[in-house]
Amino acid sequence: MPLRVAGVSKTFAASDGASVQALDDVSLEVRDGEFVSLIGPSGCGKSTLFQIIGGLLQGDRGTVAVDGNALNGSRRDIGMVFQEESTFPWRTVLDNVAFPLELAGLGKAEREERARRFVRLVGLDGFERKFPDELSGGMRQRTAIARTLAFEPRILLMDEPFASLDEQTRILLGDKILQIWRELKQTTLLITHNITEAVQLSDRVAVMTYRPGRIKRIVEIDLPRPRSSEIIASAEFGRYVGLLWQDLREEASRGMADAERTTA
Amino acid sequence: MRRGAGPVLAGLAAVAGLAVALEMAVAAGLIGGFVVAPPTAIAGAMPKLLFEEGVGRAFLVTFASTFSASALAALVGIPAGYLLYRHAWLGRAYENWIAALFSAPLILLYPMFLVIFGRSPAVCVAMGFLVGVIPVILKTREGFLGARPVLVNVARSFGAGEAEILRKVLLPAARPAIFTGLRLCLIYAMINVVGIEFLANLGGLGFLVGEMFDRYDIPAMYAALICLVLTSTLFYALTGRAERWLGGR
Ligand SMILES: Nc1ncnc2c1ncn2[C@@H]1O[C@H](COP(=O)(O)OP(=O)(O)OP(=O)(O)O)[C@@H](O)[C@H]1O
Ligand SMILES: [Mg+2]
Repeated sequence: MPLRVAGVSKTFAASDGASVQALDDVSLEVRDGEFVSLIGPSGCGKSTLFQIIGGLLQGDRGTVAVDGNALNGSRRDIGMVFQEESTFPWRTVLDNVAFPLELAGLGKAEREERARRFVRLVGLDGFERKFPDELSGGMRQRTAIARTLAFEPRILLMDEPFASLDEQTRILLGDKILQIWRELKQTTLLITHNITEAVQLSDRVAVMTYRPGRIKRIVEIDLPRPRSSEIIASAEFGRYVGLLWQDLREEASRGMADAERTTA
Repeated sequence: MRRGAGPVLAGLAAVAGLAVALEMAVAAGLIGGFVVAPPTAIAGAMPKLLFEEGVGRAFLVTFASTFSASALAALVGIPAGYLLYRHAWLGRAYENWIAALFSAPLILLYPMFLVIFGRSPAVCVAMGFLVGVIPVILKTREGFLGARPVLVNVARSFGAGEAEILRKVLLPAARPAIFTGLRLCLIYAMINVVGIEFLANLGGLGFLVGEMFDRYDIPAMYAALICLVLTSTLFYALTGRAERWLGGR
């Protein structure tokens, strides 16, 4: 199994002395070449799980294994795309994408040539020499995705990469992601709070509960491949969205009640 | 990036306009010619400064003192700022003290430096360093603190080590703030260098201004002041060059 997350738990000590249990016994597997989405309400611990899987944060319990090996110091395994804006503003698009290749010690000519391929893959050809502040939010996020793809990780791990984008851009970028996924056959775990996005892209969708985050259930998305965003209009698609919303509604309302209580 | 000549011309036009206005104000008797020399008289005094009073040498002395003071301040201040960032405890312990020092009139310490170093340019360098290093430390720390954690995480996710994170993420992210600190450093260092040259008769442009004033050669005094302004403009241009050379925009 390329990615196996088993029994991961995490509790944070809050500043007021209380503690927040973010994750409780989360287990999840992603098969070779599979596209899995993890969906959950805001604040349910998605980013926490993202950081633990990516090895940036230590869980209290549980393991993360890639191809059967527990995560260790060598970091070729998992490529991360972050929720927040994460391009380096002082680097051009091309230099941003070439960043992991630079760390790997590749010469300038070779890394630029390789980086160009991934810039093209995300549809940013012609923008190689632009700086992030000269691009739209969607283009910056595509730059970040290309940068992670250039790392050629065994597993692509993305945390709400389109959260800050408008709905139309998001759906079109979804098409782009599917096209790239077909081309690279990249094993992918996408974290999101957007149901449409999860159904549009995934083979399976895992639904998380609100704090503490657990896997509530896993839904197989049995829609034909290759897909395009036109599938959103189909009845089948609507049925999956409805099904997932039933699961999520309860969790999201709990999250909202919780937020109201703490702000009151 | 091309900027065009427009802004430069507009700047020069403003200076020329002010000069003409001043000339007319003095000619019309609105401002006394004893306190303010008309620009034409100032220009007329330039050759004398150049050939008789050794303004070139004076410029070199002031430039060298200010430059050495600032270079030392960068050498000490950037690592110190990094330490205050890296060890949050140090930062909390010393930030306020350093900031308080920044607003203190440190130039009043110059007699002490005269005792330590004797009557030499070393007094100017030490004094310039002392006032200049403070903004470098504060701004460097601020720049590192302002580096977005997600950018560090990106580098980490690609397997970057601490040294690479410092070189490829933290320093570039902090660069604009560090250069703000260096510009402030140059300004404060130069003010103090010139002030001490003036007060302690240590040569340089500061001394020259005082000397012209003592002789009551008002046009020459203003001409020397203009040389000072040109020197600080030169420093400003040099930092801009350095920042762009280091990859800034
Ligand atoms: N470093 C931390 N210290 C203390 N609490 C934390 C920390 N990081 C996250 N938390 C808490 O853990 C919970 C889960 O946070 P997390 O960021 O993982 O949620 P999320 O599902 O990614 O939310 P969103 O959809 O809004 O991005 C939240 O209640 C948050 O306040
Ligand atoms: Mg999150």
